Amino acid sequence: MNFHLRLWRQEGPSAKGGFEEIEARDIPAEASFLEMLDIVNNRLIKEGREPVAFESDCREGICGTCSMVINGIPQGPGRGAACQVYMRTFRDGDSITVEPFRVAAFPLVKDLVVNRSAYDRIIQSGGFITEHTGGAPDAAAMLIGKREADRAMDAAACIGCGACAAACPNSSAMLFVGAKVTHLSLLPQGQPERSGRALNMVRAMDEEGFGNCSNYYACEAVCPANISASVIATLNREFVAAVIKVEVAN
Amino acid sequence: MILDAKIPPGPLQSKWQHFKENAKLINPANKRKFNIIVVGSGLAGSSAAATLAEQGYQVDCFCFQDSPRRAHSIAAQGGINAAKNYQNDGDSVWRLFYDTLKGGDFRAREANVYRLAEVSASIIDQCVSQGVPFAREYGGELANRSFGGAQVSRTFYARGQTGQQLLLGAYSSLSHQIKSGRVTMHPHSEMLDLVLIDGHAKGIIVRNLITGEIKRHAAAAVVLCTGGYSNAYYLSTNARGCNATAIWRAYKKGALFANPCYTQIHPTCIPVAGSYQSKLTLMSESLRNDGRVWVPKKKGDQRPPQAIPEEERDYYLERKYPSYGNLAPRDISSRSAKEVCDEGRGVGPGGLGVYLDFQDAIARLGRPAIQERYGNLFEMYENITGENAYERPMRIFPALHYTMGGLWVDYHLMSNLPGLYVLGEANFSDHGANRLGASALMQGLADGYFILPYTMGEYLSTQFGKKPTTDRPEFEQAETAVRAKLTQLLEIGGTTPVNEFHRELGLLLWEKCGMARSETSLKEALVELPKLRERFWKEVAIPGRGAALNQSLEAAGRVADFIELGELLCRDALTREESCGGHFRLEHQTEEGEALRHDETFSYVHAWQYQGEGVAPQLVKEPLDYEFVSRSTRSYK
Repeated sequence: MNFHLRLWRQEGPSAKGGFEEIEARDIPAEASFLEMLDIVNNRLIKEGREPVAFESDCREGICGTCSMVINGIPQGPGRGAACQVYMRTFRDGDSITVEPFRVAAFPLVKDLVVNRSAYDRIIQSGGFITEHTGGAPDAAAMLIGKREADRAMDAAACIGCGACAAACPNSSAMLFVGAKVTHLSLLPQGQPERSGRALNMVRAMDEEGFGNCSNYYACEAVCPANISASVIATLNREFVAAVIKVEVAN
Repeated sequence: MILDAKIPPGPLQSKWQHFKENAKLINPANKRKFNIIVVGSGLAGSSAAATLAEQGYQVDCFCFQDSPRRAHSIAAQGGINAAKNYQNDGDSVWRLFYDTLKGGDFRAREANVYRLAEVSASIIDQCVSQGVPFAREYGGELANRSFGGAQVSRTFYARGQTGQQLLLGAYSSLSHQIKSGRVTMHPHSEMLDLVLIDGHAKGIIVRNLITGEIKRHAAAAVVLCTGGYSNAYYLSTNARGCNATAIWRAYKKGALFANPCYTQIHPTCIPVAGSYQSKLTLMSESLRNDGRVWVPKKKGDQRPPQAIPEEERDYYLERKYPSYGNLAPRDISSRSAKEVCDEGRGVGPGGLGVYLDFQDAIARLGRPAIQERYGNLFEMYENITGENAYERPMRIFPALHYTMGGLWVDYHLMSNLPGLYVLGEANFSDHGANRLGASALMQGLADGYFILPYTMGEYLSTQFGKKPTTDRPEFEQAETAVRAKLTQLLEIGGTTPVNEFHRELGLLLWEKCGMARSETSLKEALVELPKLRERFWKEVAIPGRGAALNQSLEAAGRVADFIELGELLCRDALTREESCGGHFRLEHQTEEGEALRHDETFSYVHAWQYQGEGVAPQLVKEPLDYEFVSRSTRSYK
């Protein structure tokens, strides 16, 4: 198959960027989107040009390293991360536009590579259960109903790729934050820090410059891990409950 | 050189207890004075960094990814073993120990494996307390499944994403410690050399992958948790970035590399589809709980699987290994798949595949039950192949997955270089010649949460007042060498992309040193590899510059190391004239085609010591004495 690519090229954060038109030739239909880019890069290198910088690692949709927008859709068409897009989903001769995530809180590094350390800092602000290695009670000591465990797992499946913020017109990270808050608030182990967690993570999210949710649900539509937008409702509820708790205590 | 594994005295069951009760402790006020470098942020790295920081040490943690959460442990699907016996099926520490030792074809240390089994239960406790959402029964109890090489259900899991959930658990603890200021995280940082001062590991040289900046870091001790070297084979289930550079450069600084030829080829991966392919995707071994493996009885049978009647199918694992059936260990299942494909009975393009069929399980349990257990795997399979596995059997084929070999470590997880610790897949310690399913997660977390934090005091207690600084000449020399190597790569100015050399290397290793190895094939590889190496250093094309993000340059350094490592791998495979676990030498098999071990001559760890450029490495042997179990012939029939 052959494709006409419009690829975003930008040398660095302060350099001027723009689309470059590149042809992708003789691409097998079974190849993944990233393998198509590998083939293109190989050719660029042979021609003595710089390959397109993009990040990927596991190439099986779980590590969350992929971060590109394909034809306007963060992580590309279909479910799963960009590495799970296969060329057979396009038509021969298609034009394909590829650009980086465009979120102020994810500054551009080069070409399709952005810096998503803001998500790490949000987790550091409270996305954990304080525990101490060696101090844990027997795992069977606390029963957790299957339904709660399953719902916690649904939320915990987030791969932290940033597509939610990239899809949101407000660049909101609330699907990401909501997923972690939901996961931990459903489990008995997460109760002691429940209020503080919601408050701290929302504060960290605001400080990083992510916007608020205004119910477009674009995040849910692109999420490679199928995180439901209901986690945002949970986040709102947890946040309000935490604020009231603090007010009452004062 | 004599290798001392420092195994504590006494009966097997009390060795670890004995060690802990006699280990040197560092008091809390002194812990603050020591800073520790941890390279890698997978299960071993994150758990070690978080736990050491919790204890009060100052930790610098490095990873090449943009976030520690993306380390490749995240991709582990099936589960983690632990001797909890929650299922009341007769499991015990001893059984987990024995299964692991036997699974490894009696090529691991008894004391290490026993300790692993012993701490396995605590890992589950630890993870549950972090909020890892393991699968549960309706009553709220933890669920278990069974895995290859075991006759009990001792595997804990979180859907098909166990590695992800365990890593995110460790990552959350690590994040907590980063917030507390006791861990400084260095993402996008690649270790390019180890720095030795008076023979002790006291620092590393790191390249920032975004800016290209080269920096020195000094510490009281260095902990490598950088994973395995499956990517030497190019196509593997590993992530694209997985590399052996940290352990390889440590090897070239004098750390011994043990059992490089023990590589694991996983039986259930999606078959190779074409030369453009960049990686192979694993289908969790847990699928073999409910899937039945078969090929047509007739050679070259081109009918679709549904059209092949029951009596014309060969369920070869069930036929050959009736007691373990489809749950035979990985090495055995892989080799059996190769055999049937070699006979011309393979399925799919090129005849390189076998069926994994869920028809019976769906009939027995219903589609919803199968969906609940493996839904995400079926989706992944459909996405990649375009085939629906609920309706037709999956096609699977073995692929490189895990490397049991790695840097040599003693019972303390310290290499022969004082102050250099190696954890998880990067070391060689616990899996012998073959790793059982769901044991990698167990080992990574055991090493990081429960072993290193106890053993490190022994070394650190001798290091008071020896705080190294980065202005020492040793750092200067190491940095100069690193810079010189990068410049050399950038100045080659060839025209062949790094990828093409990597693919060539992978194909060579797969053909000559893959599922079956022979003296002839290995000798051929040892002739080809130096040629490949020479061409690489003359013809590789690396556009761009060093002082910026340059993915070709990153890849080039890693591939250069893989080529060298490939040579050591083949040399080790040639030297080990027996078959054991993942190492199958054609010359050494029983009449039935099973692996034939030679315990009298090869019950050793083969540790290799670097002797310099162009000089053959020296083989150092550590005898494996079996004091507590007798080495049986491994049978799963």
